[in-house]
Amino acid sequence: MQSGTTDVFAAARIDAIVAAHRGDRGALLPILHQLQAEFGFVDPSVEPRLADLLNLSVAEVHGVVTFYKDFRREPPGRVTVRICRAEACQAVGAERLLEHAEASLGTKAGATTEDGAVTLDEVFCLGNCALGPTVAVGERLHGRVSPARFDALLGDLR
Amino acid sequence: MKVFVPRDSAACSVGADEVAERIAAIAPDVEVVRTGSRGMLWLEPLVEVDTPAGRVGYGPVLAEQVDGLVAAGLLDGGLDGGLDGGLDGGAHELSLGPVDELPWMRAQQRVTFARVGVVDPRSAADYEAHGGLAGLRRALAMAPEDVVAEVTASGLRGRGGAGFPTGIKWKTVLGAASELKFVCCNADEGDSGTFADRMLLEGDPFTLIEGMTITAHAVGATEGYVYVRSEYPDAVAALRAAIDAAYLRGWLGERVLGSDLRFDLHVRVGAGAYICGEETSMLESLEGKRGTVRPKPPIPALEGLFGKPTVVNNVLTLGSVPAILADGAQAFADLGVGRSRGTQVFQLGGNVARGGVVETAFGVTLGELVDTFGGGTSSGRPVRAVQVGGPLGAYLPVEKFDLPMDYEAFAASGAMVGHGGIVVFDDTVDMSKMARFAMEFCAEESCGRCTPCRVGAVRGVETIDRIRAGQDRKANLVLLGDLCDLMTDGSLCAMGGLTPMPVRSALKHFAEDFGADLNADLEGAT
Repeated sequence: MQSGTTDVFAAARIDAIVAAHRGDRGALLPILHQLQAEFGFVDPSVEPRLADLLNLSVAEVHGVVTFYKDFRREPPGRVTVRICRAEACQAVGAERLLEHAEASLGTKAGATTEDGAVTLDEVFCLGNCALGPTVAVGERLHGRVSPARFDALLGDLR
Repeated sequence: MKVFVPRDSAACSVGADEVAERIAAIAPDVEVVRTGSRGMLWLEPLVEVDTPAGRVGYGPVLAEQVDGLVAAGLLDGGLDGGLDGGLDGGAHELSLGPVDELPWMRAQQRVTFARVGVVDPRSAADYEAHGGLAGLRRALAMAPEDVVAEVTASGLRGRGGAGFPTGIKWKTVLGAASELKFVCCNADEGDSGTFADRMLLEGDPFTLIEGMTITAHAVGATEGYVYVRSEYPDAVAALRAAIDAAYLRGWLGERVLGSDLRFDLHVRVGAGAYICGEETSMLESLEGKRGTVRPKPPIPALEGLFGKPTVVNNVLTLGSVPAILADGAQAFADLGVGRSRGTQVFQLGGNVARGGVVETAFGVTLGELVDTFGGGTSSGRPVRAVQVGGPLGAYLPVEKFDLPMDYEAFAASGAMVGHGGIVVFDDTVDMSKMARFAMEFCAEESCGRCTPCRVGAVRGVETIDRIRAGQDRKANLVLLGDLCDLMTDGSLCAMGGLTPMPVRSALKHFAEDFGADLNADLEGAT
């Protein structure tokens, strides 16, 4: 899937993933989640194949992939850092933390650092509203993240 | 010897895993049980030690404090301080005494959250030992219509925010003729300031499974789905593990608990769309489609998932059902005020000194929750505003703190109880910025199906920007008022329909943040 056109291995995996969900009702989301878990993103080139296998139109598959923020269209950095900027975290300085993170990483939310190390994303609520500001590094939550603590967390990664 | 350390993701966000690992490393004979969280999140990581006098707590414990605590006698129960008046050498600075006796816990009435923080959420045996399955056993011995009547009599209303009477919804599904019916649990808890669904899923997932199974029996459904947001990976893992355990014990699948009931339960994970917390949008997403809102009617109770009759309820609604069946409708209905019966799991978040979960009967005042339980702000500055009920709920000033938590009382004040989340802000908050954010959030998360929401939110951001900049303020306030009317009246669902609530409440209660002469400008504008 890396090269943009599905190579033989990737095509076989896609078929296997779809086959594994054959009995599921409305299986497209679980399939997309599994594709992203294995490949890191959902390459646009897989859409026609998914449509074919699931008896959907390409437009339907494309519509679903692009509706949901979770599904990436290009490879993310080695680590994804998500900063919550919902109201509860804003009440304890999330906006300031996001500004700090953008300056510190030299990238805007929604983008990846030039060295490909870190993708920075904003997120609306991680369910840790009493211990904000909250940051997720990969799937791991961190609470009460000050700008200094953010730098320490990032220091461990780079 | 047992020591309890939460595995709840909030507790882990401040180091609970490291504390558990350190205890296990230096005291290999001790059984470290990973529980949910008691909901006293400011005390996390909260370590509890099993003693003859009950579970004694210490917190917040840092991993580097574990060695010192153990050396001082943590595992001998010798650090309690609260029980023997310090006869054994005085209370340790982290000692809290018996956890059930803490004022925060004693002042609550835990029904839905009775087992959260107490039991091992991965242990089906622990669940049964703590009263689990009593509700399901009683329900299976009853006719479906009697189960529906029991839930109706309890006065239970949907805890997801809308507050629709649960029994009436169930009766509609029960009465619908169909070979195939579904029970869907909405665990797409996207509202900022709400985390109780997550804590129940992580801390006591069997309660939800039991509640959904009772629902299936009551309405004649054979298949269930729990739609969990992708931002909650730990909740997904805990629920999946519990479902596997439930199948192994015959609590799910063919012949549930030896009865004629067949019920299969599946977990589906969302993909980062707030709108999928709206029930029809969630159903679209479960069908593998874009999560756009469906016009109603038809109501999901008649034409829901894949067009079949479907119960859609929130985690806390379904999680309250086992207790209602186990203890009877009356015990639940005896709690609460007016038409808000039973308990609500309130959640304190944002800039709050003691944040966490407060389950108590409806009727508690907003001020009791924020001041008495919450202890004011964490910054130490005065409370200026609280937002109740998520991003679509009203901003209220401290002058409204005598409001009782009651669906009707809040509605009469232009606010909503919603899912029971309360976000606290101190006096540094700029309320015009929060009003702008409400519109920005709606613009970001709108599904795009209807114009008032899709376009209105974008225009709302622009208009508030102009008001904040002092540009033609009076005309723009009139425009904003019109826009709010249009979104309220013309949107297909609560996303566009309720976004005006935080905007209008901010304007009403915090006019000074929108410009010095706003009060004069506001005359007739909103």
